[in-house]
Amino acid sequence: MVSKQVKVINPQGLHMRPAQLFVAEMAKYKSDVTILFGEKTINGKSIMNLMASCIKMDSEIEIRCEGEQETEALEAAVKLVESGLGDL
Amino acid sequence: MILKGIAASDGVGLGRAVCVREESLDYSQVPYSGKETEKARLLAGIEEFGARTSAMADRIREEVGQKESEILTGQIAMLADPFMRSQMQEAIDAGVCAEAAADSVCTMYADMFAGVEDEMMRQRAADIKDIRARLLSILLGTAGVDLSALPAGSVLVARELTPSMTVGLKKENVAAILTATGGKTSHSAILARALQLPAVLSVPKMLELVKDGDGLIVDGSEGVAVLNPDERTRSEYLIKQKEFQEKTAALEIYRDQPTVDADGTRYSLYANIGSAAEAETAAQSGAEGIGLFRTEFLFMDRTSLPDETVQFEAYHAVSKIMAGKEVIIRTLDVGGDKAIEYLGMEKEENPFLGHRAIRYCLDRPELYKVQLRALLRAGAEEKNIRIMLPLVTCVEEVRAARDLLEQCKKELAEAGIPYDADIALGAMIETPAAALIADLLAKECDFFSIGTNDLTQYTMAVDRGNAKVEKLYSPLQPAVLRSIGNVIVAAKEAGIPVGMCGEAAADPRLLPLLMAWGLDEFSVSPSAVLATRANIRRWTGTDAALVTDEAMGLSTATGVEGYLRASVNK
Repeated sequence: MVSKQVKVINPQGLHMRPAQLFVAEMAKYKSDVTILFGEKTINGKSIMNLMASCIKMDSEIEIRCEGEQETEALEAAVKLVESGLGDL
Repeated sequence: MILKGIAASDGVGLGRAVCVREESLDYSQVPYSGKETEKARLLAGIEEFGARTSAMADRIREEVGQKESEILTGQIAMLADPFMRSQMQEAIDAGVCAEAAADSVCTMYADMFAGVEDEMMRQRAADIKDIRARLLSILLGTAGVDLSALPAGSVLVARELTPSMTVGLKKENVAAILTATGGKTSHSAILARALQLPAVLSVPKMLELVKDGDGLIVDGSEGVAVLNPDERTRSEYLIKQKEFQEKTAALEIYRDQPTVDADGTRYSLYANIGSAAEAETAAQSGAEGIGLFRTEFLFMDRTSLPDETVQFEAYHAVSKIMAGKEVIIRTLDVGGDKAIEYLGMEKEENPFLGHRAIRYCLDRPELYKVQLRALLRAGAEEKNIRIMLPLVTCVEEVRAARDLLEQCKKELAEAGIPYDADIALGAMIETPAAALIADLLAKECDFFSIGTNDLTQYTMAVDRGNAKVEKLYSPLQPAVLRSIGNVIVAAKEAGIPVGMCGEAAADPRLLPLLMAWGLDEFSVSPSAVLATRANIRRWTGTDAALVTDEAMGLSTATGVEGYLRASVNK
């Protein structure tokens, strides 16, 4: 299992389009992707759960990847969030 | 079997019935066919949902815009959620059918989204409810007909024709339209005429009588349909269809002709449209401008107000298509028979006399200004947009609207956004009050356009949708004719242009009167443009004046009607 803390920087948080981008990227990897946000544990491959958790700008989240391709998955996830998820 | 209804759009169509039925999403009778079968059904349903929705998104991207299509691509992404899918599969494992699994999981998510704090996320609940309904209808096989893939020669049989049904409709495959509801001026009728398809509306018990695949003849000129016709009837109607087509083809010579009477006096001949997409139809119809662009369609079939960008894009598109030609855009005309849920309008005892159109808009300046700003901006390049206020009854309303318009101009100027500073502001004359004070209104307005449908209804105090009193509803009633005459004369005296955008502008019987009074502009449905041009060309000023004098001397609608029919056919 690998994990990393990142800050969400895009102004609208994880709304429809950024969430769509995130799950589409994560679907490319075989590992499980989990996001820890406050009390919530979110399936990082589920757009519904991602959106319903209302992650806003400036939120600190922890991304955890576990299983085959976990390193690549984490790297891609972190890069995507730090780049503003196409929303900047 | 002969079915009678309302003649709503001219022409004769022969074909096979395709019934668009109301959907029931009840799955209580669906048996459980085992885990594997139900899961396969679920996956096939989700796949079909994706395919259909993506096709819809493509069409909307072309016809409306990128932003609107993203609502649908977002829905595809949501239903593609592997976690949500596994929850549905777990439900199937627990022993329920695919429909029940889809229903329970979608409902769970809809509730979840409805409960979140973030306003934008709460709106996703509506998306999920929409996904649920469409997925269930696919699973139940009640997904109706995909109107973009109708076989050639289809006669569309529906309760009513809605704007969303016409999205992507391949009109070359539709022979005719039959509906169970709607009058001559309903949306069904307006849409059918815009599509130039023969249509008969308000056929009683039609949905019970007509089955898919039944042979149908629709005579949209007579308001008659023949169900499962015999060979002789078919050949009679084939001849009639041919005659109609020849008549239509004969009008083609007028397409590139100017609109002039027999003396060479010039008139403007415009078209009425109800959506940006129809502007193309209008441009191809030979119309010299748009005399009425109804903006309600922009506000319907959605769950929240269209923002300034959405409105701007629609108005701008029409302005561009009609570059160099006038485009008269009517501001939001809601209320009465045209309710829009999300506006939160209260139920009224008497909506036609209630809080509607300009009255509603002036009380919601924050909402009205969005439309006015979009209009001002849309006209910045071509300078061909004119703003028309619906249901004006007094001078104060025009002044209040003009104040708001000036405020909007100031705001745009301050923000450095380009707009048309000289945009014209006019009134739609469609109430007896406006007709009586036409001289006073003419001092406040840059132009008039007479809306004969409402003017007739309010002048005669008759509900045009009520069959028991419908016979009173005629623009040939002397009261209505006098009103129209007064308005045109008042506009002429004040030196402002006056047009007519109601059904009556295309009525060949009324033409000589309108011409003699000095109407400047006739705005008709795109399908009536060429016939109206041909009719205008038949009259000399002298003949029209003579007929007008004679007709206005008669005291009954029946008398006027008989006299005009005889004069026109001479």
